[in-house]
Amino acid sequence: MTSLDPMAPVPFRVLRTDRETADTFTLELAPDEGGPPFGFRPGQFNMLYVFGKGEAPISISGDPGRRDRLVHTTRVVGAVTAGMGALKKGDVLGVRGPFGTAWPVDETAGSDVIFIAGGIGLAPLRPAILHVLANRRRYGRVVLLYGARTPEDVLYRRDLRRWRAELDMDVYVTVDRASRDWHGDVGVVTALVPRIPFDRDNCVAMLCGPEVMMRFAVLELLKRGIPASMVHLSMERNMKCAVGFCGHCQVGPHFVCKDGPVFRYDELARLLKIREV
Amino acid sequence: MGFSERETLVVDANAPGAIVSALNRAGFEVIGPTVESGSVVYGPISTGENLPRGFTDTQEPGHYRLNPHADGSYFGYVVGPHSWKRYLHPPAVRLFAARREGKGFALEAQPQEAPPRAFFGVRPCELAAIARQDRIFLGGAQPDPTYRTNREGAFLVAVQCGRAGGTCFCASMGTGPRAAAGFDLALTELSDGGRHEFVVEIGSPRGRDILAKVPHRLATEDDLNAAAAVTARAQAGMGRSLEAEGLPKALLAGLESPRWETTAARCLSCANCTMVCPTCFCTTVEDTTDLTGDHAERWRRWDSCFTLDFSYIHGGAVRRTTASRYRQWLTHKFATWFEQFGESGCVGCGRCITWCPAGIDVTEEARAFRTGSAPKERT
Repeated sequence: MTSLDPMAPVPFRVLRTDRETADTFTLELAPDEGGPPFGFRPGQFNMLYVFGKGEAPISISGDPGRRDRLVHTTRVVGAVTAGMGALKKGDVLGVRGPFGTAWPVDETAGSDVIFIAGGIGLAPLRPAILHVLANRRRYGRVVLLYGARTPEDVLYRRDLRRWRAELDMDVYVTVDRASRDWHGDVGVVTALVPRIPFDRDNCVAMLCGPEVMMRFAVLELLKRGIPASMVHLSMERNMKCAVGFCGHCQVGPHFVCKDGPVFRYDELARLLKIREV
Repeated sequence: MGFSERETLVVDANAPGAIVSALNRAGFEVIGPTVESGSVVYGPISTGENLPRGFTDTQEPGHYRLNPHADGSYFGYVVGPHSWKRYLHPPAVRLFAARREGKGFALEAQPQEAPPRAFFGVRPCELAAIARQDRIFLGGAQPDPTYRTNREGAFLVAVQCGRAGGTCFCASMGTGPRAAAGFDLALTELSDGGRHEFVVEIGSPRGRDILAKVPHRLATEDDLNAAAAVTARAQAGMGRSLEAEGLPKALLAGLESPRWETTAARCLSCANCTMVCPTCFCTTVEDTTDLTGDHAERWRRWDSCFTLDFSYIHGGAVRRTTASRYRQWLTHKFATWFEQFGESGCVGCGRCITWCPAGIDVTEEARAFRTGSAPKERT
């Protein structure tokens, strides 16, 4: 085994686990036995390996400014993610990465930034939000629209409260279904787009969530005059290797693992309209 | 045809065996054609006697027969179900083994050595297929270690085709029936009019070293003409043809054509086409443990875009219908491959046509999109 082997996971130790919602949790990791610090760009992902169980592509959710901590938020959807959910402080997880393209946070300094997230889609956007807030004066307006299924499914409650408390950031949270004790917005996240303030000639939008949500959110953004080239979205596909060899993640000519997961909307516009591509 | 532009020699009918022996003595494990279960497949060969002689094949959509052929030629058949990707990009590879250590794990050293191999009888379309996979596995920022180990040092003895099969269309794809480069040695079999010799093109210094151990003479102009005639015969005998120019555009314009449904009604989604395709490269990984749970392995296996699992993400597969999976395969091969790797993913070997149990013919499918018999968009 050489260190160059792109399929060899590197052991990371679990420093902390946090339950976010009924089916999501956050792991805070550090390289095992003082390995080198882990740098990444907001939007990138890792392949996380649970010993003997398998591997899954998981976006990185931590602060890109902190190279000593690797943070992943995951939803339990299968055997591998269930294995991750069962990890305790001190356990070891295999990591390959970081892989893929990043949110254009540096290229878009000076413009208004709109984040639109659905469900667990807030996790891959979190590093970009943290980066923008850490460099707040380099950006114009900052808006986050976040939709969850129910109030119980709202992710990163502590972050959302803190971000909403910022005097120069707009945070809108909506849920698909609510019980009587929810007094916030109810409805799809796309319905919030017409309300938000931004300079359509100088803004960037970053979207992550279910494909159907992103498709409709983009339509709303385009209606408000944002150029398609300023809309970016993060795609999800099956992945077995993350280095362009396994073929699973193809969407048209794109390998989501290396050409994505973050794409400019105009690169995907036609493909997103076709079923089962 | 370029025969005279390189060092070209002539060897007699015993030369294939002599070349195999010379390669063996030079330390190569020789892989070449053998007959198994009624078809020509690739396997280890130790002497020239293992080489099938006096065979030809009949290939049509969904049809393959290996027949005896009276002339005793070595290469009267064309490609069978195997391709060299079995050896360069094997069907199953252990990527790593790991053992549990406390709460963590440690990877065990993985031997990455393959014996130096010689591939004997590589057809021009197959050289082109190897070049396609070279680009995928070695052309990027990070090469695939398994492929690199298998590919580095592999000695290629090519055979210039003298006959085209019923499903061959390399001439349309510009990959054959004659290869100009990419081999260490290339044989052209001359077996007309009682003559049985081979014209040998030297493609590398080590090719020259091997051939130096085999009785030979310099080729004359007559020999070169005879070899050119062999190529011309194969060129004229292509069982299929495909108009490649403009095809990517036509296919991508037809992503929502109802033609996909028509084909899907015949397609069994069996993945045969992807298994026999010499350029198809997709794989899956399988993570396993032993019964104690303390030893884990990861295996990489060939996979196919025709399986439902291939596109699975939580909530279900992206490509649920056979139509969408057939579309993925055909458009990848003939259209999006250009965007990814700057060339066609198809080399015109015809295997996917021959080994399709439903006899679906890619040249016919492609033609449907070109001629407009496939309406561009669903209305």
